[in-house]
Amino acid sequence: MSSSSALLGKRSATEPGSPVLVVEDLRTRIHTPRGDLQAVDGISFSLGRGETLGIVGESGSGKSVLGRTIMGLYTDGPVTTVTGRVTIAGKDVHALSAKELRSLWGADVGMVFQDPMTALNPVKKAGVHLTESLRRHRGMNRSQARARAEELLNLVGIPEPRRRLDQYPHELSGGMRQRVVIAMALANEPALLIADEPTTALDVTVQKQILDLLARLQGELGMAMVLISHNLGVVAGRADRVAVMYAGRVIEMADAATLFEAPHHPYTEALLAAIPRLHQPPHVRLEAIDGAPPNMIAPPVGCRFAPRCRYAQDDCSQVLPVLDPAAVDGVATPGHSFACHHPVNGGRH
Amino acid sequence: MSEITELPTPPAAGQALDAAVSSAPERTRRPARSVPWGSVALTLLGVVVSGVGVAALRDGNGWLQLAVVVAGLVLAYVGGGQLLRRRFGAGFDLAAWLCTTWLVLLLFAALLAPVLPLGEHQDIAGSLDAPILAAPDLLSPYPLGTNNFGLDLLSRVIHGARASLVVSLGAVLIGTVVGAALGIVSGFFRKTTDVVIGIFTNSLLAVPPLVLLIALATVLEPSLGNIALALSLLALPSVIRMARASTLTFVQREFVLAARAMGASRMRLMVRELLPNVLLPLASYGMVMISVLIVAEASLSFLGLGIQPPNPSWGNMIAEGEGNTFEEHPHIVLVPGVVLFLTVFSLNLLGEKARKRFDPRQAKL
Amino acid sequence: MGRTLMKRAGELAAVLLIVSFGTFLLVSLLPNDPAVSILGPGRAPAEYAALREELGLDDSTLSRYLDWLGSALTGDLGQSVVPPQVDVLDRIAAALPVSVQLAVMGMGMALLISIPLAMWSAYHAGGRVDRVISGGTFGVLSVPSFLAGLLVIMVFANALDWFPRAQWVRITESLAGNLYHAFLPALTIALAEAALFTRILRNDLITTLQEDFILAAKAKGMSARHVLFSDALRPSSFSMVTLIGLSLGRLIGSTVIVEYLFALPGLGSLVIGAADTGDFVMVQGAVLVIATIYVLTNLLIDLSYGVLDPRIRRAHV
Repeated sequence: MSSSSALLGKRSATEPGSPVLVVEDLRTRIHTPRGDLQAVDGISFSLGRGETLGIVGESGSGKSVLGRTIMGLYTDGPVTTVTGRVTIAGKDVHALSAKELRSLWGADVGMVFQDPMTALNPVKKAGVHLTESLRRHRGMNRSQARARAEELLNLVGIPEPRRRLDQYPHELSGGMRQRVVIAMALANEPALLIADEPTTALDVTVQKQILDLLARLQGELGMAMVLISHNLGVVAGRADRVAVMYAGRVIEMADAATLFEAPHHPYTEALLAAIPRLHQPPHVRLEAIDGAPPNMIAPPVGCRFAPRCRYAQDDCSQVLPVLDPAAVDGVATPGHSFACHHPVNGGRH
Repeated sequence: MSEITELPTPPAAGQALDAAVSSAPERTRRPARSVPWGSVALTLLGVVVSGVGVAALRDGNGWLQLAVVVAGLVLAYVGGGQLLRRRFGAGFDLAAWLCTTWLVLLLFAALLAPVLPLGEHQDIAGSLDAPILAAPDLLSPYPLGTNNFGLDLLSRVIHGARASLVVSLGAVLIGTVVGAALGIVSGFFRKTTDVVIGIFTNSLLAVPPLVLLIALATVLEPSLGNIALALSLLALPSVIRMARASTLTFVQREFVLAARAMGASRMRLMVRELLPNVLLPLASYGMVMISVLIVAEASLSFLGLGIQPPNPSWGNMIAEGEGNTFEEHPHIVLVPGVVLFLTVFSLNLLGEKARKRFDPRQAKL
Repeated sequence: MGRTLMKRAGELAAVLLIVSFGTFLLVSLLPNDPAVSILGPGRAPAEYAALREELGLDDSTLSRYLDWLGSALTGDLGQSVVPPQVDVLDRIAAALPVSVQLAVMGMGMALLISIPLAMWSAYHAGGRVDRVISGGTFGVLSVPSFLAGLLVIMVFANALDWFPRAQWVRITESLAGNLYHAFLPALTIALAEAALFTRILRNDLITTLQEDFILAAKAKGMSARHVLFSDALRPSSFSMVTLIGLSLGRLIGSTVIVEYLFALPGLGSLVIGAADTGDFVMVQGAVLVIATIYVLTNLLIDLSYGVLDPRIRRAHV
């Protein structure tokens, strides 16, 4: 790991202890021809150095939009309306100018995309993807950037890095491509990494390698990481805390162990029940969640999960539950909060 | 004008949202009750302005008059568009309706040209007492002006439309019949037939269209029939290719296999099973083909190699303005030029619309 | 790559052979006896017979074709049948540079106009400027090139008097003068091409701009200009190259018309003049040369895909 220790030389500007990422009451509204769509609806959390937050939800739950809004890729403008505040490494992302944003991206925050085939420009060599960013943010010359790019490929576990630099994306395997995308995101050792479904497009055998790689690099570089996935299994064991999203809102957030052991929200419970488990006896039916996610242009008035919830009662379709700290048997469980009128597993607000 | 500007979904609202958006029900837009006075006013203003342009500025500067009339028409178009969209919903495409109207008018005028009360279009002896090079004035006996022999431009434009339409429609017809036959045969028999027809197609494509026309014009009499024949050679390669491509896809389909299994003859397979399926995409392409061929005929006539004066055609009418005539009498060029432009524009617009709706392959070109 | 090249070359040879045969057969389409059209009517029958003998018109078609092809291959395209009976190849060689220059300049100007327009349009898709550009290009596409040429002359040469009309300065005499005189004709050629390129490139760029790798480039902090030029333009340029190939035929057509309009001494003027006087030998020679150039250029365009797209490059190796 000699190359990675070289990487560890540079530390981000954040002071120890202060959170790398603070999200406060973030709302993203997207204007579509059919009407406005509330993709992210009042989300708050903060994330410290070396911490990983897993964000889990079905497709269309707004988790990708959340990731991109945190990045500042969605800004307040004609297409989207963004309110609330995002602070990365002490900078208020949505108050930055376009130019300041560009020097934030790739330097303080990196992003890993879902499909490495589409996230790499087919007409550019793997190396160019890396050196572009290095030269832009670090002012390196061609040969410095190339040397550094080779280091980076080595860091993400690509054999024969020098040869790979001159290969085009189509000449690399899927897993290798995603490693290049990760190297691209890490090129300037960002304080925060946003990984949006980093393994969804990959073969199952490669998925674990990539997740392990991300976890390892995060530890070595001390980054904060937001790991977005539709798959609870991906997040399990890699995230310190997990936020479950439904219809643009976080409906439950807890540290990973608590969430998996004693979820309080019926949706979380249902998600957990839908994961196939090895120790289950064979031929046990997996429980699917009936129905479809709500229409986010005109969402239901009360709890958005109510129409699909087996515990739903009258108040659920009238009053929107808010995310409040949880307690079990009158004892507060720190770090655990949920938004439900009729929680499961003995949870109370 | 949805055919002109293809609007994408906003790039920011990317694929991540498609699922969420598609589950949203269509919003029904109720027609507003209140009368849209703004749009009504705009439409009326436009009509009045162009009316004033036609009637009141007759003796002034021709360019000023033209500008006023065009400005009035634009206003009326915008206002009328707003009104009609309000009445018939946001999908109402005024441009497409106007284009259709233009083409229908042109077609009828061309068909009825001999019985319409038009001025002299061809015989110089008949225009001896007409003014020479009169400027267009819609309220005069020569609404679109006259040329340097005093022949009436409105009449010439309409008779020119006859020539253009006869020639290009004829050429498209010949091209489609021959091309579809060759294409189906090529795609059905494959092997040597396919190779031979392929090389023939490539050879036709190896000579730039206008050069091919000029070469043929060198040796052929410039009669309507010959010009149509020559133009059909331009349409041929693309028809063959499209017909062949459709044949290749359809020949694999179940219904063809079924007919074959029932012992249908090859002729029957090609005519009864394949031809109808090949013709549909070709028909949607026909509009654009006609427009291309109208331009080709006009170019040839403009170069003096197509329809020969004094027989009017849009191309040779525009050629009359060549030299220094059109500096002083721009209407000699502008009148047939605008008619040619409007026709080509209408065909292109409607062709694009038809192609989007009917061409299953959604080709980019 | 070698094998594909060989195959393409074989096809090309076949096509050129057929084109040359077709060109040769033009003469047999002549409604009159060529001897009569050359000498004019009213001569003694013996004179016609002598000329027919001299032209070899009494031999079989095939042997005449082979004769003609043989001399064409050795660079002898015959003599003009209309006085002054100049050497066809000499005339073509003198006219060709003018046409090539016009076509290349026209294509270049079309690219110069269309790339920025398409980028602006695509980057602000759906905006006011995009609508104006889309409507404008659709309109321009419906203006035949001879009409566009007349309008260009009307505005720039007559009304504004910025550029000359109907003059040509050879590039060997004066480069500045040459460019000055070639500007308007090239602009006329460029108009329609630029409109088409803008439309296609815009639609392509919009698709490309929605790709993840564009987002990824932005997320790396690359500037908008870098994203547009370095990341978006090249993947979008394939359809551009295809388009250049497809529009080449029309480009040659509008070059012909523009030469005629501006009275420039190019191949187009030569062909039209010859067609007017019935000089079929001249037309034959010119068509053969134009077709050869056209076919070869298309081959070059095919080969250029490999340079642009690394995926294709590998497929050929």
